[in-house]
Amino acid sequence: MQRIGVFVCHCGTNIAGTVDVKAVAEALKSEPGVVFSTEYQYMCSEAGQNIIKNAIREHQLTGVVICSCSPRMHEATFRKTASAAGLNPYMVEIANIREQVSWIHKDMKAGTEKAIILGRAAIAKVSLNAPLIPGESPVVKRALVIGGGIAGIQTALDIADAGFEVDIVEKEPTIGGKMTQLDKTFPTLDCAACILTPKMVDCAQNEKIRIYSYSEVSEVKGFVGNFTVTIKKKARYVDELKCTGCGECTEKCPQKKVPNAFNLGLDNRRAIYIPFAQAVPKVATIDADYCNMLKNGKCGVCAKVCGAGAIDYKQKDSFIEERYGAIVVATGFNPIKLDAYEEYGYKQSKDVITSLELERLMNAAGPNGGTLLRPSDKTHPHTIVFVQCVGSRCDDGKGKSYCSKICCMYTAKHAMLIREKYPDTEVYVFYIDVRTPGKNFDEFYRRAVEEYGVHYIKGMVGKVAPQPDGKLLVQGSDLLADEQLRVEADLVVLAAAIEPDKTARSLGTMLTASMDTNDFFTEAHPKLRPVESPTAGIFLSGVCQGPKDIPETVSQAGAAASKVIGLLAKDKLTCNPCVAHSDEMLCNGCSACEKVCPYGAITYSDKEFRGPNRTTLIRRVASVNDAVCQGCGACTVACPSGAMDLKGFSNSQIMAEVDAICK
Amino acid sequence: MDRETNRVREQVLRMSGVNVLKCMRCGKCSGTCPSYEEMDYHPHEFVYMVEKGEIDKLMASESVYKCLTCFACVERCPRGVEPAKLIEAVRLEMVRKQGQNRLKPDRIPALLDEELPQQAIVTAMRKYTK
Repeated sequence: MQRIGVFVCHCGTNIAGTVDVKAVAEALKSEPGVVFSTEYQYMCSEAGQNIIKNAIREHQLTGVVICSCSPRMHEATFRKTASAAGLNPYMVEIANIREQVSWIHKDMKAGTEKAIILGRAAIAKVSLNAPLIPGESPVVKRALVIGGGIAGIQTALDIADAGFEVDIVEKEPTIGGKMTQLDKTFPTLDCAACILTPKMVDCAQNEKIRIYSYSEVSEVKGFVGNFTVTIKKKARYVDELKCTGCGECTEKCPQKKVPNAFNLGLDNRRAIYIPFAQAVPKVATIDADYCNMLKNGKCGVCAKVCGAGAIDYKQKDSFIEERYGAIVVATGFNPIKLDAYEEYGYKQSKDVITSLELERLMNAAGPNGGTLLRPSDKTHPHTIVFVQCVGSRCDDGKGKSYCSKICCMYTAKHAMLIREKYPDTEVYVFYIDVRTPGKNFDEFYRRAVEEYGVHYIKGMVGKVAPQPDGKLLVQGSDLLADEQLRVEADLVVLAAAIEPDKTARSLGTMLTASMDTNDFFTEAHPKLRPVESPTAGIFLSGVCQGPKDIPETVSQAGAAASKVIGLLAKDKLTCNPCVAHSDEMLCNGCSACEKVCPYGAITYSDKEFRGPNRTTLIRRVASVNDAVCQGCGACTVACPSGAMDLKGFSNSQIMAEVDAICK
Repeated sequence: MDRETNRVREQVLRMSGVNVLKCMRCGKCSGTCPSYEEMDYHPHEFVYMVEKGEIDKLMASESVYKCLTCFACVERCPRGVEPAKLIEAVRLEMVRKQGQNRLKPDRIPALLDEELPQQAIVTAMRKYTK
């Protein structure tokens, strides 16, 4: 027989103001199984908790119902209280009479009535509660960071700094990501390479960090604390251990007409290449799409000139299997393709470029050695027009509905740098809104206007028409002057929206990590758990979670690292015992639960069962991995045979609650 | 907004199928409009004026007839607001009132020239008459 204690909290006047707490305690006293009922001003206070502890001991309570605030607030508190008094913590139930009653009702009578009903439901449930004991699972003390941009680099460095081993998987031949392509960074205008490359070198030299460059994650199995990941090392046709990065091959390769991806196709490179001088690892890679030797077996120059004998035309993709305790996603972003925006003439004219292309054009290691020249005729542009929000804040099916967040600031930076270096250049910025929240950001933008004389025009560009003389006729709105403006420009720079990297979607599926409609990874809580995925053991770093600039990315990378460190510091993980379990005798092997499980916690296996007359039957049945299951209950709803049930929230418990409410 | 103003506004919104609240005031419609210089009220103002219920002002404006119905604003609006459809609706609201035809259909033959494509004649009929 259950012996249940009921504790009604006043929460000061928060509850007692609208609910007659004494009447609630009195009414619940006569419920079946209740042997003790009381009320107190603040149940969560030490004195309140002592009332609970003493009652558990004195009345040998087997279950506790607390009528108070939301379980999100104090369930953990009261479970600890029960535990301290020797009661299993899962024998505590909370009736939420604050958020669900006193805060939303004005009428004392109705509120009291509802509070009693909710209390009854909790009593009905706790009568069916069974003591639960959380299990444990071990933690592999190594982390995986997917993506080697500034987000991944910072996360890896911070994890390594705490003494844990960490691997970076980067799909490009070098780590560094988008930041390597930037010229200067806002709002301080320090050079991107100067602050990034030391971090890249730190990664390479850190004993705790292993870099898998030119590699991709191809399979993920397991669960928090114990992931097994298959990494595909793409064939680069160069032995990484032998190559010294001398660059001899990249100078002698006869295939000179390969669009240079690092410079966004603004110039050419060879078929064997090192993306840029500070690449980490500094190892050459052969582009199989252009290499004559790999395409038709005629060449072999690089193998001849390589003093280290590192060239290996027969290299194949290889696969490595590794185990990790935690995985950090840092897959970053790309600017969107602008093909759908014909009005800006990006396809028609070489002198209509994206902002990232402008970074390369202005960079000392870029195609023009840092001199800003028009791509078409290599002349100095004297009038430059910047167009903001190209593809951002769009609801037209062509662009993205969100604000890309970084464009206002980098455009101000570009405008300022150009006016600084080429004072004879007129710079126009067409904007819808200038958004500069961030430390020293608005001051930075105002400097562009006030000190550098950049012409900011409130309005959007309607079209860019290339003229026969090579100029670009820009037609746009000046909304404040209420006129249509025409500017004869030499160069037009489009602030293209950014989108998550194309690999994010398939990776999200592999990790069973949820994503939004824009393919950004979703965080466990938008405010309170911003660097964790709802899937346990998966953490988020950088733009893969949403648009952000470098300072924000670095802070988020550090936050993700600290969460990983917190996980890896544990030897064992305590699992939530409120997980699903399958009654194998009822399971019909239909796979419905496996299909709806968002965490991949359910597997099927053939098991032997004893049949009638000493026979053995083999049946396909579901089993739940306790460490992976998050207790969402989707499987219990999907299961047609009633085999799946959730511990702590069983079907019978929930029905008992409903019955108590409807009584 | 008085009742009659609101009725006309609702009518224009219903006929055009446009949600004026989607406008983010970027002005791309006016930036792209080939008839901009001819107009007294410009496409972006059209959207805002309908939002405020100033349909009377629009009906009295030349802009209603200067719009070429080229749909550049519809094609390029980043928010899918479709200003040209609003102008078309205001025009319809005009011609629905008796005696408000901009042109009498029998005047059209005299205005035609050889070069004018057939499509333009049909468009003109649609725009100026009921």
